Amino acid sequence: MGYPHPSHAKEQPVLSKHFGDAGARTFEGWVKRGGYEGLRKALGMTREQVVEEVKASGLRGRGGAGFPTGLKWSFMAKEVTRPHYLVCNADESEPGTFKDREIIRWTPHQLIEGCTIAAHAIGAERIYIYIRGEFTAEHKILTTAVEDAYRNGALGGNVFGSGRRIDVVVHRGAGAYICGEETAMMNSIEGKRGNPRIKPPFPAQAGLWASPTTINNVETLAATAHILVRGAEWYKGLCLSNPKSTGTKLFSVCGHVQRPGNYEVVMGTPMRDLIYDMCGGMRPGRALKAVIPGGSSVPIMTAAEIEDCAMDYEGIVAKGSMLGSGGMIVMDDSTDIVYQVMRLARFYAHESCAQCTQCREGTAWTTKILERILAGAGKAEDLALLLDLADNMTGKTICVLSDSCAAPVVSAIKKFRGEFDAYLDRTRRPVMVAV
Amino acid sequence: MTQDLVNVTIDGMTVAVPKGTSIIEAAKQAGILVPHYCYHPSLPSPAVCRMCLVEVEKVPKLVPACVTTVAEGQVVHTDSEQARKARTGVLEFLLINHPLDCPICDQAGECELQDYVFQEGRAGTRYSEYAKRYNPVEDFGPDVLYVANRCILCTRCVRFMEDVAGTPVLNVSERGDRAYIGIDEGQLLDHPWAGNVVDLCPVGSLISKDFLHKARAWDLDKTASVCTGCSQGCNITIDTRDNTVVRLRPRPNLEVNRHFMCDTGRMNYRWMNRGDRIEAPLVRDAGRLVASDWDRALDRLASLVEKGGTAVLLASGAASLESLGMVHRLLAGTRLTAAVQVPMAESEEPLQGIKGLALRRERAPNGDGARLIGYGTDWPAAVKAASSADLVVLLDVTLTDAEAALVSGAAAVVVLGTLQTQELPAATLVLPVTNVAEENGTFVNRDLRVQRYQQARTAPGMSRPAWWVAASVAPAHALGPSTGASTAAEAFALVCSTIPSLADLSYADLGLLGRMTPAQGLAPTMHGGS
Amino acid sequence: MSGNPGAGPAQAAAHHEESYQPVFVGPVKARLEALFPQYPTRQACLLPALWMVQEERGWISPRAIGEVAEVLGLTPAFVKGVVTFYTMYHTHPVGRHFVQVCTTSPCNICGAEDVVKAFLQHTGCGELGATSKDGRFTVIEVECLGACGFATPVLIDDDFIEGVTPERVPGILQGYK
Repeated sequence: MGYPHPSHAKEQPVLSKHFGDAGARTFEGWVKRGGYEGLRKALGMTREQVVEEVKASGLRGRGGAGFPTGLKWSFMAKEVTRPHYLVCNADESEPGTFKDREIIRWTPHQLIEGCTIAAHAIGAERIYIYIRGEFTAEHKILTTAVEDAYRNGALGGNVFGSGRRIDVVVHRGAGAYICGEETAMMNSIEGKRGNPRIKPPFPAQAGLWASPTTINNVETLAATAHILVRGAEWYKGLCLSNPKSTGTKLFSVCGHVQRPGNYEVVMGTPMRDLIYDMCGGMRPGRALKAVIPGGSSVPIMTAAEIEDCAMDYEGIVAKGSMLGSGGMIVMDDSTDIVYQVMRLARFYAHESCAQCTQCREGTAWTTKILERILAGAGKAEDLALLLDLADNMTGKTICVLSDSCAAPVVSAIKKFRGEFDAYLDRTRRPVMVAV
Repeated sequence: MTQDLVNVTIDGMTVAVPKGTSIIEAAKQAGILVPHYCYHPSLPSPAVCRMCLVEVEKVPKLVPACVTTVAEGQVVHTDSEQARKARTGVLEFLLINHPLDCPICDQAGECELQDYVFQEGRAGTRYSEYAKRYNPVEDFGPDVLYVANRCILCTRCVRFMEDVAGTPVLNVSERGDRAYIGIDEGQLLDHPWAGNVVDLCPVGSLISKDFLHKARAWDLDKTASVCTGCSQGCNITIDTRDNTVVRLRPRPNLEVNRHFMCDTGRMNYRWMNRGDRIEAPLVRDAGRLVASDWDRALDRLASLVEKGGTAVLLASGAASLESLGMVHRLLAGTRLTAAVQVPMAESEEPLQGIKGLALRRERAPNGDGARLIGYGTDWPAAVKAASSADLVVLLDVTLTDAEAALVSGAAAVVVLGTLQTQELPAATLVLPVTNVAEENGTFVNRDLRVQRYQQARTAPGMSRPAWWVAASVAPAHALGPSTGASTAAEAFALVCSTIPSLADLSYADLGLLGRMTPAQGLAPTMHGGS
Repeated sequence: MSGNPGAGPAQAAAHHEESYQPVFVGPVKARLEALFPQYPTRQACLLPALWMVQEERGWISPRAIGEVAEVLGLTPAFVKGVVTFYTMYHTHPVGRHFVQVCTTSPCNICGAEDVVKAFLQHTGCGELGATSKDGRFTVIEVECLGACGFATPVLIDDDFIEGVTPERVPGILQGYK
């Protein structure tokens, strides 16, 4: 497994400090690199103190929703009357995102440590790490590390002599993007179809097996280890633009850059620094056309829009998109935007769980319209139809997969209208065969 | 009964409903129907169809009315522009893969997709050039066909089998727009209550083979009735076409059967249409049974009754309270032994998820009604008594050969019957009576609930309700206590007047959902419970 | 109430598995039972159990669905609903080596579709989802594999291979007999 790049000067390696370093995979290796100090510290604190520390740090969920982590933890009952559960979301399936995989394959103990800290904070004795089925190598690395952690007392009936019991169960997914949605993930762990649940009830009230549950992303959990060691103030200080977005973020950059890969930067770092400096800019002779900054479920951005965009939650919203998972899909001028929007719609159509009418039928219909446009059979009304369908698919379903299909469609039609028109007025030749 | 009540305003109408009520149920109380598919009051709510999205003031997104509970002071708009657009959107999405099967689909005329599309769907589809998703028709057996193309994936059938019937034999298979309802290979939908999925299906996806292409919904006359299959007394609707019963369906009654009936009861209607009926009153004249008119027949009946002496009344547990009661009263001047026949099955078939609902062992609807009137249950003893009785009256029963032999020992036998099947050489008088579909009447179920049923088809030939026969004999012959009654309602009132727990009841009191009667001071019911 | 029992659903099992050997015996059974204490319900062991079946048999047959249902106290219909939801479970036999190529947008713009074509060509599969005549390969397109920065990632059996280009395909395939 190659690791594409040593850290760039503009990066802030916290989580990624040991990417590429095979020695970090073992318990001993991790401890040598300062690991498990965060857990030891947390075990000496009360649940409330740990929660307060993470709250103060400003850490927000790194899976895509950006919900304040400490606040989420505080929703768990103070008194444990039923089993509390922590679920680690390692289902990473958002197109463009590949950071959690990196964390697991290079620093599994970083994740285990973060999970255990979180479990302590929320009063959980059991952690389910839900790892997508396709991460075959990472699954082996993780299970080996878990066994390693047990052997060394970082997990089990008496974690580091604290008297606390914390267990980890690694649970493999089997090919469903929707299982990355927290309530669908719980259904999947329970041995059911990965259908998202209606909320309320919320997981903290009734989650896994109707018991209080917290679900956190891999990157979020990994960050907590560092927050516990170096303090909330330190984490809060890692902030370049907006005090509501603190810490570092691993951005997964892919597509048409010279050096794709995972880059860890301080929140608020300018997007153009990431794309042009750290990733080496476009391939020779190519110009930037578009960026989808937060995994495919967010609005597409034009090359102009990324120019003065600060990469944090508010900064990207200010530019009309969302930080999401931080999976940045960079597209140069060789890209057929219409084709890629079709391919994304097809992705959502494949992954729809089939519960809600709008999503089940709308994602497929959207795909078919786009395919027809690409096949040279588009009609003048098609764009208005796509926008109307997108409106009917937004804000009306149990989960946001439906909205996620609509977002790239709406933003692409708005910002790359000419590309669609070229197919519609037949100045661009069809690239697909009509079905 | 004090409860926390919540005030909520729906489409301008304010109602007070118990805390925890869903918006969709609160709306019903305000007289507003929120269109929906996957929601059903007897099933758990998944909120997947998204039809019931309504606008709630101060809430940014539309909310599903079926799972959102009311809040004090909430203001809901079910018909705002946003809500209507959302519904029109859902309907359009449902129609893109739904085939244009209305001309050949049984559900037409009673189809919720048709109804809502007509009400607020788009006039024309915008999905015009693609093939629709295709899946072949599947035979879920024994009676249910699954027309996969028409399925809107509301999952009511899956939830019914899993949560109410207790056997998860249906599933949703695949994902996305490839999804369909699956049944395990080699499995059949043969649960005793499985036929309800056909009623639950809002469209013509799950259909009954028994009803396949038999009639159009708008050709049907629908009559409120009660199932005669057992003592549960499920409320049903009898659907007739051109005076022929073509289908039975459950009628909602939250106190008895909620929204369901079992397959045994559901399929048990063909006998109502049988043509081998006794056509006219038959009077034995010089050794032969001769067709006659009611006047002659009633005269003959009166003369037999007037003789007095010992009488044995053998009645079917499926006879109405009115008929059982009036015939019993007619024989009040005799030394009467009355017994009611209730066939008993080996076991009962409960519907797990509904408390107190089962296909009962007592396979007759009115055993308890007969008992309230004073009929006994020792059938063999009564038959034995019949062999030496002066008068035996059979009320819609079929005797075994052995029983018929015994009964023929009686001096006179009067048969009040429906079918021609049994020839009794001993019969002096054979009078045609109506069956449950051809008369008004009441049954008392095993919970001592009195329920009305209404006439669904015209009585064939010269048949009349058995209560009418008894009521019509008396006035001309001044027999016994006043037995005159010219309507079923009057007969009911008359019969009830001598039964303490039913005293003063009238048809108006019963409505079409029936009424519980107090069980005070009565012997245990037929089935041993209370 | 007509309808003949046994006239089952349209997709009748293509195989009459008269000689079906249970999966959950011996060590496999032990492995499954070792999972039971890790979850409060047997049902939660469903996905792991299905993985075990697929590891042992290469696919999950209707009889296997029945066996899993029985072992976990579920109905076959329920298990089938779960099996057909998750795309990594095979409900029919596939080639000895199962090739999954990601073609979602991030890889798509980096030439993933050419990689697919190369696999189809060099495996002799001809079309997506079909098994090559020698039974060696089945090639399918899949959605995002979570390695977008290492386009194009390909999963062959349990081997996750990064950075696949059409040129590398013949060499990669050599390793799979």
